[in-house]
Amino acid sequence: MGGGFADSLRAAWGLVSSFDARLAEIVGLSLGVSASACALAAGFGMAGGAWLAVARFPGHRAVVAVLNTLLALPSVVVGLVVYLLLSRSGPLGSWGILFTPRAMVVAQTILVLPVVAALTRQLIADAWRGNGEQLRSMGAGVLASAALLLLHERLALVTVLLTAFGRAISEVGAVMIVGGNIDGVTRVMTTAIALETSKGDLPLALGLGLVLLGVVGAINGAIAVAQRRQGAHAEAVPR
Amino acid sequence: MFRIAGALLFGAALQANAQERFIVMASTTSTEQSGLFAHLLPAFKAASGIDIRVVALGTGQALDAARRGDADVVFVHDQAAEEKFVAEGFGLKRLPVMVNDFVLIGPKADPAGVTGKDIVAALGKLAAQGMPFISRGDKSGTHAAELRYWKMANLDVAAAPPKGYQACGCGMGPAINIAASTNAHVLADRGTWLNFRNRADLAILVEGDSRLFNQYGVMVVNPAKHPHVKVALAQAFADWVVSPAGQASIAGYKIGGEQLFFPNAR
Amino acid sequence: MSPAPWVELRRAAVHFGALTALTGVDFALWPGDLVALVGANGSGKTTLLRLLHGQLAHDGARSVVRDAQGREPAQAMVFQRPFLLRLSVWHNLMAALWLAGVPRIERAARAAQALERVGLADQRHRPARVLSGGQQQRLALARAWAVRPQVLFLDEPTASLDPGAKREVEQLIAGFAQEGMALVMSTHNLGQAKRLATRVVYLEGGHVIVDRPTAGFFTQPLPDAAAQFLKGELPWSA
Repeated sequence: MGGGFADSLRAAWGLVSSFDARLAEIVGLSLGVSASACALAAGFGMAGGAWLAVARFPGHRAVVAVLNTLLALPSVVVGLVVYLLLSRSGPLGSWGILFTPRAMVVAQTILVLPVVAALTRQLIADAWRGNGEQLRSMGAGVLASAALLLLHERLALVTVLLTAFGRAISEVGAVMIVGGNIDGVTRVMTTAIALETSKGDLPLALGLGLVLLGVVGAINGAIAVAQRRQGAHAEAVPR
Repeated sequence: MFRIAGALLFGAALQANAQERFIVMASTTSTEQSGLFAHLLPAFKAASGIDIRVVALGTGQALDAARRGDADVVFVHDQAAEEKFVAEGFGLKRLPVMVNDFVLIGPKADPAGVTGKDIVAALGKLAAQGMPFISRGDKSGTHAAELRYWKMANLDVAAAPPKGYQACGCGMGPAINIAASTNAHVLADRGTWLNFRNRADLAILVEGDSRLFNQYGVMVVNPAKHPHVKVALAQAFADWVVSPAGQASIAGYKIGGEQLFFPNAR
Repeated sequence: MSPAPWVELRRAAVHFGALTALTGVDFALWPGDLVALVGANGSGKTTLLRLLHGQLAHDGARSVVRDAQGREPAQAMVFQRPFLLRLSVWHNLMAALWLAGVPRIERAARAAQALERVGLADQRHRPARVLSGGQQQRLALARAWAVRPQVLFLDEPTASLDPGAKREVEQLIAGFAQEGMALVMSTHNLGQAKRLATRVVYLEGGHVIVDRPTAGFFTQPLPDAAAQFLKGELPWSA
C-alpha cells in the first residue's frame, strides 16, 4: 500500500503543478456549490437555530430531537429525495434544474441546514442559559435575544460554518444523484474521485483526494490567520 | 474571500450553461468508462454545435430516468429492455448503432480451467467448482447479458446462486475492483477492461464467443410523454450517430491501437 | 395627595416546582426609597428582586402604578456579574438603548451622557469584556441609567469588587438615588446597607421578617432571628 500512496502523492503533485484546466474547473465548481449551499444554510440555519434556542412552545423538545436526528441524514437519501422532487416527473420538474449545478446547491443546502441549525441552537442555548435573564430584563424578546446572541457568539459561529462547509464539500452521495457527474458541467471533486475509483485508477483518485484536502486546508489556514489578527484585540481572560 | 471567488465561478458556470444548445443523454457507466464519449461527442459538437451532457447510470436506471423525462435521448445496450421502452411509448424508435463485446475476466492462473471461446461452458465450470464470481446485480445491460448466459448454462442464479456467486449492486469498475482484490471472476465489457488500471492478477480468460457481442441502440425520448424534451436536438444526435460520419467516428475510437466498438447501423 | 407606590406586592408567593422561594410577602416600593434587602443566602432576596422587576410567575398580587398614558414606570436591573456582549463599551450601550425602544436619533446622545455619568467616556471603544470588574459594573450601571429608569433593581452589585471599585459603585448608586430614582438593592454587606439605604428589609426562609427605616433597623430592638443575623454579620462588614 505504501507504493500506492507514493503514486498518489506523485499524481496529486502532477495535477497541481500542471495547472490542469479541467482540474481547476472541477475544484472551482466544488467550492462554488458548497460555498453557496453553506451561505444559504447559514442564513436560514443560524436564524432558525438561534430562534429555537431562545423560544419556548409546546413540543419544543420534540423539535430539537428531530433537528438533532437530521444531523444523521445520509447524503444519498437527500440526493434521492431532491432528485424525485426535481425530476421532470416530480412536483418541481418545471424548474428544469436537474443535472445542473443549481440542483447540487439545493441538495447540499438541505444536507447542511440541520448541521448549521443544530450546532447554532446548542451554542446559543448555552449562552442563553446563563444570561437570558439579563437580556430579558433589558427588554429583549425572543427575536432580539436571538439576534444579539448570534452577534455575541460570532466567532464560534465561524467554526459552525466551517463544519457545514466540510460536510458539504466532502459529500458525494447527493451531488452524484442530482448532478449526474456530467463532465464539464456537474463534475465536482468528490464525484471525480468516485469515477476514477470505479475506473480503477486509484492513485489518481487518491491524488484528487489530496488536492481536495489541500484546498480545504488552505481555506482553513486563511481563516485561522484572519482570526488571529482579530483575536489580537479580543478579550482578556474573563473574570 | 474564497467563498466569494467560488460563488463567482459558480455564477459564471450558470451563465455559460444558459447560453449553450445542449441535450441530456442517459447512457451507461460502462460506455462512459470505455472513453468512447470523450472521442465521439466532440466530433458531434463540431458537426452540429450541440453539447451532449452524459449522465452515466446503469442501463435500467438510464431507461428509468428517461421514463421520468429527465433525459432527451437514451443510449444503452440491452435490446429487450429498449424494445420494451419503445413499446411502452417512452421512446420514438430504436436505432441500432454499434456492437462491442464482453469478456470473462478471471485470475491469470485460471484455476477453474475455463480459458477458451465458450462462455456458456465456462460459466458451467465456474458454478460446478464453486469458483468466486462477482455479478454487477444492478439491472445494467451487462448484468442482463450475464443473466442470459447463466440461463443458457441452465443455471437459475436468482433461485439457487452457485457457491462463490456474489452480487455487488455496483457498476463495472467497482465490480472489477472487487474481483481484483478477491481473485474472482467477472463478466466485463472490453472497453472498461482495457481502460482499467487496477488489474492485480486478472486477465481475459474467455473472449470471441459470438454470443458475447453486445448491441447498442439509441432512442429519442417521446415528446408525447414529455413535452419539454428537446426533440429536434435529440433527433439530430440519433441521426448523426447512425450516419456515415458518426459510424466512422465510432470505428475510429481505439485503445492501444485496438478498436472497441464496431458500428452496425442499418 | 400622597404619591402611589411604584410597585406593590400583596400576599405574594413564588414557587419553583416544589420549592417555595417566597411566601406571604407584603411590600411596597415608594418614590425616593433606597431599599436594602438583607438576609442569608437562600433567604429569597434575589427572588424578591426578580419578582418586583416583573420577571417571575407568582401567586398573590403585584401591582404597578401607571401614568396618565397607562404606561408602567421604566425599570432596569443590575446583576452581580453583568452580562456584557462581545462588543465595545459603546455598542453594549447602543444595544441596551435599542432594546429599550429608544428612538435611533436619541441613542448616541444618551449613550455618551451615560458614559460621562459613570466616568467611562475614555473607554468607549474598548471591548467591554477586557474592562476591570469595577469598570464592567459601572458599564452595567451606565446601561441601566441610559434608559432613564424610575426604578432600579440591583442584585449584590458590589459583591465581586475590590474596595476601590466598591466605593466608586456605591457613589454612583447614591448619586442615582439623589437624582430621584427608587432603588432596591440586595446586599450581604450591612455596612453598605447602613451607608446607602433609606430602608432595610430582612428576609429569612422566603418571608419578610423586618421592614424598617434604616435608623430604626440598626438601633431599635429586632426579632431574635434578625438580631442574631446582625450579630453574625457585623464583624465582617466593611
